[in-house]
Amino acid sequence: MTVTATIRIQEADFDVAQEIAGLSKGRTDVGAVVSFSGICRGSEQGEPIAALTLEHYPGMAEAEISRHADEALSRWPLQGLTIIHRFGRIAPGENIVLVVTASAHRQAAFEAAEFLMDYLKTNAPFWKREESARGTNWIEARDHDDAAAARWTKS
Amino acid sequence: MKLKYFAWVRERIGKAEETVEPPAEVRTVADLIGWLTARDDAYAYAFEKPTVIRAAIDHAHVKQDAAIIGAREIAFFPPMTGG
Repeated sequence: MTVTATIRIQEADFDVAQEIAGLSKGRTDVGAVVSFSGICRGSEQGEPIAALTLEHYPGMAEAEISRHADEALSRWPLQGLTIIHRFGRIAPGENIVLVVTASAHRQAAFEAAEFLMDYLKTNAPFWKREESARGTNWIEARDHDDAAAARWTKS
Repeated sequence: MKLKYFAWVRERIGKAEETVEPPAEVRTVADLIGWLTARDDAYAYAFEKPTVIRAAIDHAHVKQDAAIIGAREIAFFPPMTGG
């Protein structure tokens, strides 16, 4: 059976439990579901923030995430995959991103979820701007995110 | 071709997109950055550190030595900070 990833780029919030159930409910072939939720922190570099605003590149965001989803499906034996990334203004404590992987065994589900998050961080065309008492600032990319993505490159 | 700008590249240039027709000698993404930089101070400010700038052609990441011939849409943006 061909597994198709569900990919959504949306402004609205999502329900993590519902998305997990969507990959496992009523199935007997799924032995492991891993979910990663990225949540907006209330501080950045030790300073409190009021909110994040995520800008994205419509069209490319879907295309880029689809390419990485296809790679994950080709590298690990997944039974299901859901990726959701929000854009717009997001307050501390709210969801930003969700990756859910389903597989027969845990290792594939864990690894594929980690691979996808590492690539989303450095390759999905989204940019975070923080709002704080000092004004608004674009958040800078971090070198350790590049290093995290690079370790999945096939040698 | 259509150009799109995102995040602080968009803010510095002062627009989200535009249509341009660069001359034939502008062959690569790096050439295009140089051609835009020469237009006015806003582009020069946006591209003041060209090595930081990321580019995409028709929704796929490219390096700055990529050829732009046949491109419908080229985007310029800072390193991504999603996830």
